[in-house]
Formats: sequence, structure tokens, C-alpha cells
Amino acid sequence: MAHRTLIPIGPYHPLQEEAEFFQLYVEGETVVDMDMRTSYNHRGIEGISMKRTWDQVPYVVERVCGICSASHPLAYVQAVEELAGAEVPERALYLRTIINELERIHSHLLWFGLAGHFIGFNTVFMWAWRYREPCLDALEIVTGSRVNYANHTIGGSRKDLTPEMVKAIRRNMDEIDGPLDMFITTCLEDPVLAVRLKNVGVLTEEAARRFGALGPTARASNIPIDVRRDDPYAAYDRLDWDVITCANGDVFDKVVVRLLEVKEAIKIIRQALDDLPEGPIQTPVKEVPPGEGVGHVEAPRGETFHFVKSNGGPRPERHKIRAPSFNNVPTFKASCIGQPIADVTITLAAVDPCYSCTERMLVARDASTGKELMTLSDLVRLSQQKTEEIRKNI
Amino acid sequence: MQAVIAVILGIFGTAFFGLLFQWVDRLVTARIQWRKGPPIYQPLADILKLLGKETVVSERASVGWFLLAPVLGFTGVCVAACILWAALLNPQPDSGFVGDLIVVVYFLIFPSLALILGASASGNPYAAVGASREMKLVIAYELPFILAMVPPILKANLSLKLTDIVQAQSDGVTLASVGGFLAFLCMLAAVQAKLGVVPFDQAEAETELTGGAIVEYSGPALAMIRLTRGMLLFLLPLFVITVFWGGVHFSGWGWLTSPLKFIVLLVVIVLMRNTSPRLRIDQAMRFFWFIVGPIAVAAAFISVYHHGML
Repeated sequence: MAHRTLIPIGPYHPLQEEAEFFQLYVEGETVVDMDMRTSYNHRGIEGISMKRTWDQVPYVVERVCGICSASHPLAYVQAVEELAGAEVPERALYLRTIINELERIHSHLLWFGLAGHFIGFNTVFMWAWRYREPCLDALEIVTGSRVNYANHTIGGSRKDLTPEMVKAIRRNMDEIDGPLDMFITTCLEDPVLAVRLKNVGVLTEEAARRFGALGPTARASNIPIDVRRDDPYAAYDRLDWDVITCANGDVFDKVVVRLLEVKEAIKIIRQALDDLPEGPIQTPVKEVPPGEGVGHVEAPRGETFHFVKSNGGPRPERHKIRAPSFNNVPTFKASCIGQPIADVTITLAAVDPCYSCTERMLVARDASTGKELMTLSDLVRLSQQKTEEIRKNI
Repeated sequence: MQAVIAVILGIFGTAFFGLLFQWVDRLVTARIQWRKGPPIYQPLADILKLLGKETVVSERASVGWFLLAPVLGFTGVCVAACILWAALLNPQPDSGFVGDLIVVVYFLIFPSLALILGASASGNPYAAVGASREMKLVIAYELPFILAMVPPILKANLSLKLTDIVQAQSDGVTLASVGGFLAFLCMLAAVQAKLGVVPFDQAEAETELTGGAIVEYSGPALAMIRLTRGMLLFLLPLFVITVFWGGVHFSGWGWLTSPLKFIVLLVVIVLMRNTSPRLRIDQAMRFFWFIVGPIAVAAAFISVYHHGML
């Protein structure tokens, strides 16, 4: 058997800025097996949000991920609105659509730049991020902040658009539109990029279904799922747009799907600005009755899912979040094994993983008795024991 | 006396221009990427800073080879630089020695070999992969690189002396013939790989191997590697100009044309590195063996035919 080495990617690796750990078992340059670990940085967001009042939670959940900070609050407020039976005003629905699509543009362009960086194409990195700026500026105009928009509230939207803001967003969209076409042509026609990305890290349709892949990861594998169309929320059912899919499921298709989705997002924003109805942006929601509610939103990476349970009190009794990376990241088992190391990095990055969304607590239980093997108090006791031992030996 | 001048210029002049070129490279790259770029003294500042840092050697490294490798690479570049400068400063037929072209070619492989040696000695898995990639790359580009020498050598009537090659181009540069031009193109590709920049930076591949072959180096040892890289950035264009483009002259129009040749080559290198992604190592090898290699062979045959030896 060939000599097998372990190449670690992480826990801290320049490939990705978050703490994650991929173990690549390598023979020569070929990856023969892989394993991964996350949760180096568990923040207990669900726990925190169960200690906050209903209207404070959106500001907590938008910090689940710095990039999806419109999608998580929207999914949450939709869950609560379902529970409370609130009718959201028309204008607020359009505002939500605009902000969520702006978020999609900035997220996809961010990913496109990083993908360029991962394959050593730093010019793409810098250019994509430069043309992401107008989008961030637009978000700042609309919400007052470039990240963590704090704009979705239960029953509506926090900040209204003035005609000047509408004009400014239009201008910024025009600014992105031209360069975006350039990115798409470059991407489709550049021969070196094609050599580097085509037929790399193929996620077949069958495998994508098996792993329950979501969002652009699934759509690049020819699975046309999109919450915006399948279970419309905000104003998506009133607008004209397409679900983009590609057939091959390789990294190249994932690039194409995302770039074309940015194009669609610009289209959606322009329509929403044209059709923006007049009226209030907030219905008052006085109380949340006991019961359960779910909300899901097509975040840039796929469906993000929020479940809330109320006992009629001032805060959620249970709040559960399932972010898309939780489904997308494990697809590496199907797409990375058998690839050379050089392709694994870009394949891992191609699902646009977001580890902060995927962090989970792990509890070890005895299979037969169901008892926790090691609790926090056990760990504290062990730690104190060791301190005692060390003290004795000094 | 002339030898002393050649040595002083060869080492310090190459280092000076190398760092200057590194700055131009970084500045142009920054401007292409909508960034501001560093001030002119930055490459020197980087090296001075590294010189003041601690050299950390991993427990798993074999210390001697690990620390010797950067010195070997640096020495190789210095020797090649001295021979080239000597041929430039005194382009008379009687200067230099027979076969100095071959010696320069050999010393130009030194930095790559030193990198492989140092990476293998460092005991780091990333460096091991980096070393194996560098080895594959050397195997891939060396053959086209050497084959590309055939047209200039033929033009100089089968002389392997640098001064003869420069002299032979006084009535028209090697680059101007078909075979010469093709060989020149092959040379440019090989230069890119020798410099270890995109699309041929597989051995370092920051986002894959976190620096690969040089991941374990720090302090003065890393400074030496950086300086070697910088010197190569000047030395390889100088070599290409000497062999293909009539050399460097400092008289009359020479003051204008000589720097211009460097600028053209540097621009080509910088543009290539900014408009392409990193190739996979097998793609890079295939590129050199199945595209650059045959072109180099064709260039050699065309020149042989051209000089009536077939």
C-alpha cells in the first residue's frame, strides 16, 4: 500500500477564516479519506435567544453569521408571525425582499472573490470585493449598517425607504451590473479557469439528494429547490424571476449558479423598487400565544430554518436554528475523496461553508443506559483534581 | 580588478535591482487589484525586519540541511549573477570562459534544488508536499528551458560562451528569427515557473499548503529565501535578455533600450501572474511536457534548419 500521510486543514488555516478542522488522508497527492470537526467556537446562540424577549431575539440571531444577518432574523420573525398570526403590511414585505436580495448579492460576490483567492487568482479576489462595495453601500443606505442590519422586526420592518434611498439603490445596482457581466463572461470563457474548475469536485444529483444539499450547492447539481419559489415568503411570489440550475455539480457550475443568481437578485431588487407599494411598514404584535411556529428563508447558502415554541410568556420556550451549511458541509464525503489536494481546497470552499452556523454541542451518552458520560460538573471535578495533584508535587 | 567589480556588482547590484523589481511587481499587482501598494523601500524593510527575528527550527527538522538550504540557493544565484555581470561588463571575446552558459544554467537550478532540500529537511507535512511539487515542476520545466538555449547557441556558431552569444546578436537578435522567438516564448513560461509565481506557485500554494516548501522557515533564513527570490526576479530577465535579446549595452541608445527590455519582461511576468489562477501540479507538468516541450523542440529544429545544418 502506498504511503499515507495526514494533511491537516485547520483548526486554523489560511484557507478559511473560521475554526474548522479537515483531516485529509493523502497518498501522494490524492486524498483517499477525509474527516472533519467543527464546534471549536460554540456560542450557544439558541440558549441565549431563549433568555431574551421575543423582540430582542432578531438582534441575537442576526449574529449567528455575519453574512446571513438578514436571513436568520427573517426566518425567525416569520416563525413568530406564524405563531402570532400577524398580517405583515405589503410594503414591509417588499422591503424585506430588497434587503434579503442585497444580502444575496454581497454574499455571492464575497464567495466569488474568495474562490478566486483559493485557486491563487488574487486579481479576481480584489475585483469581486471592489464591486461588492456598492452593494454594501446600498445596504448601509437602506438599513444604516453594512453588516448586522437589524431591520426585520416581528410584524414588519424597522426602517422605511425614502425616494432618495430608492434612487441610491438603483444607482448602486447599475454600478454592479456592468462588472457582473464581465465576471460572468470571464468565468465562462477563461480557458485556465475552465481547466481548473470544470469536472472538479463533482457532486452528483443523487449524492446531493442523499446529503440533503441546499441552496446553490443543490442547484448546481441540477436540483431546482428554492424556498423563495417553493414556499414563497416576503414579496417573491409577486415578482418575476427564475431559479437558476446547472447540470454537472462541479465547482465550475457552482460558480456559474452563484453569479447568475446575483444577476437574478439585481432583477428582483429593480422590480421590487418599481412596484414598492405605499402604506405602513409595521403591524403591532401585542403578544405571542402558546404554540409552535416555523419559518424558513432562502439564505445565500440555502434554506435556513427556525423553529420557535411559545408558552405564552415573554420569551421563546424553545428556539431551534438549522443553517444551510449543516447540510452542505458534509457533502465533501461525496465530492472530495479521490481528488488531488489542490482540488480539495476549492471543492470544500465551493459549498460556501459557514462554520459559525454549523457549530453544535456534543453530548456523549452511554448507548444502553442513556446517561451522559461526562457532564460539566464531572469536567470541573477532573480539573480540580489535577490542580490538587500538581499542587502536591510542587 | 574587473573580476572584483563583477563580483561586487553581481551580488549587490543584483540584490539592489532585485528588490527594486520586487517593489515594481508588488506595486503593479496592487494597482491591478485596486489597492494602493507598498512604498519603494518595503521589500528591503521586509528583509531587514526578518533579519531581526528569531529563527525557529522544528524539533523534527534535520537542522544542518534545513539551515544550509537557503544559503545554497543564495550562493547559486550569486554565482550565476557574477558570471552574467562579468560577461556584460566586458563583452570582449577573450573574457569569460568556455561553457559559462552551461554553468549559469546549472547555478540557476540551485534555488529550486535548495528549496526541495530545505523543505524535505523541515519535517513538515505541508513542506513535504511542497517539495514533491517543486520536484515535479523542476522535472517539467528544465527540459524546455535547456532546449530553448539551442537557437542562441546555433546563432553563436555553436559557442557556449555568453560573450560570443551577445556578440553574435550584434547584427540581429536571436528573438527576431522564428526559432528564436518560439524558444523565447518557452523561456518565458519556464521563467515564470523558476520564479515560483502564479500560475506555477504550486510548491507554496498559500491557500492549499499554507506556504508549502517554505512553511517552516522564519527569521534570517526566510530573509535569505526572500532575497534569493528578489534576485531571481532580476537575474532571470537579465539572462533572457543576454541570450535572446542582444544583452545590455550602456552606450548611446543602450541607455534607453536596455532598461526598456527589462520593463517589458517584468510587465509580462507581472501580468501573467495577475491574470491566471494557480494550475494544479499535474496540469502544470502537462503544460510543460505537451505544450512548451514540443514548441521548444520545434524551435530547435527550425533553428537547425535555418542555420543550414540539416
